[in-house]
Amino acid sequence: MISTWNISASGDGSAGEELLLVFDRGRPARLLILPAWFDEANKLRRFTVEVMRRLDAAGIDTLLPDLPGCNESLTPLSEQTLEGWRTCAAAAAESLGATHVLAIRAGALLAPEGLPGWHYAPQSGPKLLRGMLRAQVIAAREAGNSETSEALLAKGRSEGLTLGGWPIGAAMVRALEAAEPALAPGQTAIAQGQLGGPGLWLRAEPDDDAGQADALAAIICGGLA
Amino acid sequence: MSSTPILQGQLDEEALDQQLKALIADVLGLDPAQAAAFDADSGLFGHLPELDSMAVAGLLTEMEDRLGIVIDDDDVDGEMLETYGGLRAFAQAKLAPL
Repeated sequence: MISTWNISASGDGSAGEELLLVFDRGRPARLLILPAWFDEANKLRRFTVEVMRRLDAAGIDTLLPDLPGCNESLTPLSEQTLEGWRTCAAAAAESLGATHVLAIRAGALLAPEGLPGWHYAPQSGPKLLRGMLRAQVIAAREAGNSETSEALLAKGRSEGLTLGGWPIGAAMVRALEAAEPALAPGQTAIAQGQLGGPGLWLRAEPDDDAGQADALAAIICGGLA
Repeated sequence: MSSTPILQGQLDEEALDQQLKALIADVLGLDPAQAAAFDADSGLFGHLPELDSMAVAGLLTEMEDRLGIVIDDDDVDGEMLETYGGLRAFAQAKLAPL
């Protein structure tokens, strides 16, 4: 179930081989998973894979490709752009033969327009940045340095910046400031309330919730039935 | 979680107290009963190991969403985060003048 996928050299030049987690048994329904980003990716990783396991048991193939700059990628995260990731998400959908998409949190910013599917608790670019900037400001104060969100953002726009340990390039910062998830035809949003508990990305430490994984998998199974 | 902010003036002290405790339990993964037992002197930042700077940022962002308030960098200081009473007083002050 651990494989790789190749990003072609077209697009913005981010060609390369990236990891791919799959439950691929050649079944008709093939769900591309676009995971949450940065710190939320860690918080939601186990939950995401638990949902994939449930969908596998329900007869649905799932495909979770790493994007360049994420996890074990050899490409630096700081070089990634929103458009580049969108191109990669679309390329993954095509090369892996996805029929549907499940985009999680900020992953919704990358959901290919041509695929029907779901945006789970979609997160906008400005809210993502705001949370990360705030964490940086608070951490700096703890260390006795005074920083402001405005000053950090200004620096980020011109030269990029590292937030919570994640190096984010200037082009990515600028794009995120205006990035809102948009539902394409055939895509619907799943609100956190539908899963019967608080979002696991909120947790200070990574956690798991079998009930929420059941609920999300059930919504997807229902939509594909 | 819910992105519908509570209408101004609709939030009495008791409701705010419950909402704030539920929010802390959600963010820190606490048993709701543990959060419900918080009093004004219960220690938060610097007392709960789960509450690091990233978690504080998440807590404040969630307060903005659920209470419909805006929290500026300058609002965030040690006093408001040190105890549960400090955080509740801060939220009340943010809601009151509106």
